[in-house]
This record gives sequence, structure tokens and C-alpha cells, in this order.
Amino acid sequence: MKIAVCIKRVPDTETRVKIGGDGASIDEAGVKFILNPYDEFAVEEALQRKEKAGAGEVVVLSLGADAAQETMRTALAMGCDRGVLLQANPIPADGLAVAKAIAAELKDGGFDLILFGKMAVDDYNHQVGPMVAELLGMPCVTSVAHLELQGGGGAGTAEREVEGGMEVVGFTLPAVLTCEKGLNTPRYPALKGIMAAKKKPIEVKPAQLGAARIAVKALALPPERKEGRIVGEGPDAVPELLRLLREEAKVL
Amino acid sequence: MANVLAVCEQKDGQVRKVSREAVAAARRLADAFGGSVDAIVLGAPGLDAAGANLGAAGADRVLVAADPSFALYAPDDGAATIAAQAKVGDYAAVVLAATATGRDLGPRLAARLDVPLATDVTGLAVEGGNVVATRPVYAGKAIQTVVVEARPALVSVRPNTFTALTGAQGHGGTVSAGTAITGGARVTVKEVKAAEQGALDVAEASIVVSGGRGMKGPEHFHLIEELAKAFGSAAVGASRAVVDAGWRPHGEQVGQTGKTVSPQLYVAVGISGAIQHLAGMRTAKVIVAINKDKDAPIFKVADYGIVGDAFEVVPRLAAEVRKLRAG
Repeated sequence: MKIAVCIKRVPDTETRVKIGGDGASIDEAGVKFILNPYDEFAVEEALQRKEKAGAGEVVVLSLGADAAQETMRTALAMGCDRGVLLQANPIPADGLAVAKAIAAELKDGGFDLILFGKMAVDDYNHQVGPMVAELLGMPCVTSVAHLELQGGGGAGTAEREVEGGMEVVGFTLPAVLTCEKGLNTPRYPALKGIMAAKKKPIEVKPAQLGAARIAVKALALPPERKEGRIVGEGPDAVPELLRLLREEAKVL
Repeated sequence: MANVLAVCEQKDGQVRKVSREAVAAARRLADAFGGSVDAIVLGAPGLDAAGANLGAAGADRVLVAADPSFALYAPDDGAATIAAQAKVGDYAAVVLAATATGRDLGPRLAARLDVPLATDVTGLAVEGGNVVATRPVYAGKAIQTVVVEARPALVSVRPNTFTALTGAQGHGGTVSAGTAITGGARVTVKEVKAAEQGALDVAEASIVVSGGRGMKGPEHFHLIEELAKAFGSAAVGASRAVVDAGWRPHGEQVGQTGKTVSPQLYVAVGISGAIQHLAGMRTAKVIVAINKDKDAPIFKVADYGIVGDAFEVVPRLAAEVRKLRAG
């Protein structure tokens, strides 16, 4: 089974955001970067599917700065076979431009599965995976929390989380899936894997990006919340809390 | 022509509240462009009455694309149907709701129409003929302002941020039949396994009651559930710590690796307030924190706090809320 996993290098979720000098991006000084948490589920799923099939290849692909190679090493240490980095710095805010560059790279790769995280925790776009599927004319299921592939691996059933339930979706392979938390438990790279990853090849080439049609005009910190107050201690404070919610905040 | 198309979702034949919010957002853009609002609803035949209600929500014209295969979400044919209408209508903008369906459908439409997509938008304006959108990024730790330099400008709006209109005046909401395009399904939604009866999603509910590690174990979450029930239409949320510990399902997780919520009222119980949790709920209108540690970071963002034991405060709060609502 040949599988592509598309990953992104993103700031750690514990990062305190500072606005950069251009007023349109974050100040990256001192920021720790990690493998996008949802992409970990995609990497794990790819590895498990290859292991189950007993043969195949898992290619990890990223679009981003040269430093994304470090992030790709994490995926290689987990067990991916090789990497492809499409260089782009900065990454365009236009997800369709990104999707076109990725689709062009994957088009003739003969992949049975193309996996993404359901979204990146930095730009919250939720879009590159399904756009790549559309551009390649492939079946696509997003936010997959449960996956079953039938016998020969020609078809599958996925469950995706929707408001108030789970949608059960049938599809045929090759397909594009975006992965939700809960799909699996990502492995930690073992020391042996980390050593092996150093020798695994990463092909580096410029991303073929067209014009971006979403322009970031500004990035700002959200308005500070007004300092609140402690209403009181223990259950005796409850009546006063309710009075405030009703009369002052007017939410009840 | 500078009309705007609102893409609406239905569930069991009823138009969803988030879709009326999408119509309100479309109305705002159409008024800025000097155009009118078309709303399109896909579903099984028999939706006309539901569609008619969209006039009061701000739609001038309602297109009902009916087909038995549209009873449940139809990812491919639905995208084809809406993309075809978007082309025919030559819209200045197309607005969806950033729901599970909208997040799946939006990128498909973008690729089919060859336009970019701005997702999870919380503010919309028109400047120099372009749609300008604000959207929370880094889970709300920063707000991005983007200019969409394409037509139609395709945007999805975050639930609970645009207020649904009721009794909008002067908008006909005339219902006509849209064209359903079928036969191109690459994936098929076979069924929807419903969550627990009446369970509300944290991203859509107007009140959210969330529990964290302070609840000490999954067996105590019935207290959170009872408080949510006392409020009436409230959803149960959870912190990452308790989801990772397996106490609660991931669908309830609020935060940077869960859902970002903007309810009217957010009640955080036994949640210390890690930065990645705060990011997910700081846009709530009013935040109440109940925590026994008076130095917990959650009190820094809370409008009202009670320092105390959740096991004593929460049952009392539930009882008082029930009394209030009964009275």
C-alpha cells in the first residue's frame, strides 16, 4: 500500500502569540515549532495501514520553510520512509494555492491513500486536504475518527464527527482522508527510529505556487477580557452569581 | 449584479440555526454590495415550508434543490449542485456556516469554482469592492484580517457569531425550485449515528458547561451534565486533560486541539485554564469559573468566579438555576 501523509510545521499550542514587525504575522523569535497535532494521527494511521498490508511505502510531504525538514524528521522517526519538502516561505494564506502545489506533486504518485490532519492549529483553515482531493478528482472524507478498510483494500468506511453524532461514509480507494483526534494513538519515535530517520532521504524543491488571492492585511491580538471578579467562596456565593448573570450580564 | 448566496443546511427537514446565521451574514454583505440574498437549501423533497422561513431570516429568494439522495449530506453532488448555482447566479460572495458540513463542503466548492476560501470568519465587511474578513487564528490567540481577492468571495462563518434575524422586513423569501445535480457521488453518507438524545454540540450551544481535572474522575461528570440540563439548552464541554485521560469524548473538547466556542455563557468547572484551553473559549460573551484554587489562571479571564469545591458549588448552582427557570 502506497500512502502519502501531508504534514505541517506549526507553533506549539502552548505558544504565547506575539505579533511580528510586519503587523500581519507572528513574531517567530523564541517560538517552538512542532508537528501539527492532527497530522500525528495521519502519520500514525499511514504507518498502521502499511504495517497491516505488510508492504508498501509511506511518503511524508510538507509545504513550508526549510526548517520544516526538522518536523519531517519526526515523521520519519515515527516510521515514514522518505520525505518531500515543497519549499514556501511564508506559506500562502490562500489554501487553494497551497492545495494546487501539493496536488501537482501527488498527481502521478500512484498513492492508494493520501492523508492529512483535519486542520492545522495555526491558521485553522480546515481546507487543504479536501481541496487536494477535488483537484485530483479523488473521493474524500474529512474529520475521520474511525476507519475501516475492506479486505482487498479497495473500499472503506469512515466515521466522521458531526454536530450531534457520527456520519458513516462509504468510499472507494484511492482516496483522500483528513484525520481527527481519536482515530488512533500516535506512537512516540523510538531512539532507533530517530537514528534511522537521519539517513532517510528528503527531497527538497520549490513549491509551484500560483498567485495567492487571499491577502493578510493585519494580525492583531484579541481584545483583552475585562478583569473579572470573585463573587465569593463556596456554595453560598451561588445566589449572588445568579443575580449577576441575570441583572448585570443579562445572559439568563 | 452584486448578489450573495447563502448555503443552508437542513436536518430532518428543518433549516438549522447556524444556517439562519449564515443568511444574516450574507444579508450584511448584500446590503454593503447593494444586492440581494439568495439562499439555497438541499434536502429530500418536501422542504418548501422550511425554506419559506428563510425570508424572515433575511433571504430575498430561496432555492430548494430537492432530491431523495439529499436527505443526508451529499458531499460530491451537493458541492456540484451549489457550484452550478454559484456559477449561474454570478454572486459577489457565497457564505456557508463553519459546521462539520460547511467545513467539508467549503473547500470542495472553492476547488470547483477556482476561488480561495476564508474559513471560520467572525467579522465581514466590504472595502473597495472586496470582501474583508476577520478570523481567529492560533485558536483565538490572534485575529487575522484578510482581503479576499476573488469573485465570488467564498467564506464560512463561525457559529454563534452572526445573529440570526427574525422577522426581517421587506425580504420576500420567495421559494423556487433549484436544480439538483446528482450521479457524481464519490463518497456516500450511509447514516448518521445520533449521539445521546438531545445532546447539543459545544460549538453551537448558547450555553456551555465544561469540566476539567477538578472533577476528579469520569464518574463525577453527571454533576456537569445535570448543570447543563438545568440551564435548558446547554452543551457539555471538557478540557484536554480529561479528554486525553479518556473521561470524556473528543467531541466535547474545548481548546486549541478541540473546538473553539463562542457561547453566550461559558461555565468552567474545575478547569485551571491552560493557555490552549483559554484560546478555545475566550470569545464567550460571559465566562464563569468555579475552581478551588483562587490562583488558577481561569480566574484571569472569567467575568465571575466562585472559589470553592465543585462538588458543593455545582449541585447548588444546578438547584438554583432550576428554581430560577421554574419561577
